[in-house]
Amino acid sequence: MERPLTQHITFPPLEIRQYEAIGGYQAVRKALRHMQPADVTALVKESNMKGRGGAGFSTGMKWSFVPMNVPGPKYLVANADEMEPGTFKDRLLLEGNPHQLLEGMIVAAYAIQATEAFVFLRWAYKEAAVVIRKAIQEAYDAGYLGKDILGTGYSLEMHLHTGVGRYMCGEETALLNSLEGKRATPRAKPPFPQVSGLFGKPTIVNNVETLSYIPHIVNKGADWFKSLSRTADGGTKIYGVSGRVNKPGAWELPMGVTMRELIEVHAGGMQKGYGFRGALPGGASTDFLIDKHMDIQMDFAGVAAAGSRLGTGTMVILDDQTCPVGFVHNLEHFFAQESCGFCTPCREGLPWTEKLLWAIEQGRGRDEDLDLLLRHTEWLGPGNTFCALAPGAMEPLQSALKYFRDDFERHIREHRCPYHDPVTAAPASAHLHYTHHL
Amino acid sequence: MLSMTEKERIEEEIRQVPLKRAACIEALKIVQEQRRWVSDESIRDVADILDMSPEEVDSVATFYNLIFRQPVGRHIILLCDSISCYVMGLKSIHAELVSLLNIQYGQTTADGRFTLLPNPCLGTCDHAPALMVDSDLYRDLQPSALAGILEKYT
Repeated sequence: MERPLTQHITFPPLEIRQYEAIGGYQAVRKALRHMQPADVTALVKESNMKGRGGAGFSTGMKWSFVPMNVPGPKYLVANADEMEPGTFKDRLLLEGNPHQLLEGMIVAAYAIQATEAFVFLRWAYKEAAVVIRKAIQEAYDAGYLGKDILGTGYSLEMHLHTGVGRYMCGEETALLNSLEGKRATPRAKPPFPQVSGLFGKPTIVNNVETLSYIPHIVNKGADWFKSLSRTADGGTKIYGVSGRVNKPGAWELPMGVTMRELIEVHAGGMQKGYGFRGALPGGASTDFLIDKHMDIQMDFAGVAAAGSRLGTGTMVILDDQTCPVGFVHNLEHFFAQESCGFCTPCREGLPWTEKLLWAIEQGRGRDEDLDLLLRHTEWLGPGNTFCALAPGAMEPLQSALKYFRDDFERHIREHRCPYHDPVTAAPASAHLHYTHHL
Repeated sequence: MLSMTEKERIEEEIRQVPLKRAACIEALKIVQEQRRWVSDESIRDVADILDMSPEEVDSVATFYNLIFRQPVGRHIILLCDSISCYVMGLKSIHAELVSLLNIQYGQTTADGRFTLLPNPCLGTCDHAPALMVDSDLYRDLQPSALAGILEKYT
């Protein structure tokens, strides 16, 4: 089984000479010397690469929206602000093979004729900051960045930007505001960043896993990429599992593996004494999947057909010893805290949701609270908010109300959490009143 | 007043961007690196150098989780309070930290050594529960390991 993305991951990562020795930067040579920018975009479009950041939009299609005959600066941004709870895949690529990301960025930048490129890295990834800073310097010294790259006439400057912590920065227009030194609130679309992005110039924002794949598609072609997958969504994918399994981890596997294979084979099955109740397939903002979904193929279409989203492909498991109400409360606490406060349904609705869940978890829930929660999933749903944060927050809630309704009802009926005594065992996220902005 | 070093570094950042105010976050990071937190006075100083109003600078400073607008201890403990850590034993880690430090989230120990803060997902969910002290990441935590970790920081 081929693992193009992860086969050369090492700790510490390959230095530039070692990376070149295993074929590194060949895609830069090939693209810049032998392909027109439009050919690179056409190739990525043909490969049917879908963005690995969570939304699954066609990468080549996104690039093709950049106006090519406009003078002035254009930008490429690697979204390395990995902050979706339960997601730890980009950290692997950033820390384990930074040159692969840089090479993908240079090729992508060439395809859209960008003049500058940024790695937008989250604050907490300290080790990644060190290796990326070093890799950028090595790439400059070797002539893959800067003026007149490899004598082709194409020039590109690259910068590392480290963030100061806010989930909203993962949303691409909010990320651009943050790069401009502003609050990370989302922008109205249209215009889309491809036309008017960073400082009002055409900009492409792609996820780290997406960009890291580009060198391989350029070297080996669209058909090869498609052949790696078990389904119509091409390529391999980094899948992950965390929670009460024997071997939590992340693995590069053909797109379309089943949840059963992920949990039972790769993650070594559930820990002794713990049973499977459900899983968020791709981070905090995806609907639960349950037992009956064990054999669906985990690609964009397969997970969508089961009522959820592939998201980031890193799964969080709800076991039978963990309270589903407490679990969902933890998620909604996160979303309420990280809402940027810009639009009313999100700013007001998420704290309300969190408080309702906390009341239920503490045994203070009322019968009508379940309907109220259900109505929130509509009020904060798609089309009613400015960006995707609140609709994403509603996905685990609406599916929990569907699949684990008995648990919610039991909390209300028995005036307590059946999983633990809420007085002596309040979860740490009970502290609603701490100030996270010191 | 900004120090010469702070001024020079902020001016260097201004040269990198098309608009002065685009250096706002970098300027706040520079000040915090020198002083550990950003005071009202520093907000006004940064506003002056970037041709912004203090309110505009403060709106940026208070938006981000890791710009501190109150004094903090010599070391910052960021305890991951997101879902995988919640499932894997956050509660017992939090309880042990509170008992060792005798402070709650958002507070600083009396000797000024530690500030304890919750932090969204640290992106190391296969090794939950996890926390960071300053730039150091600690994973696969057991409550019994915490005292030893804290000892390393004076």
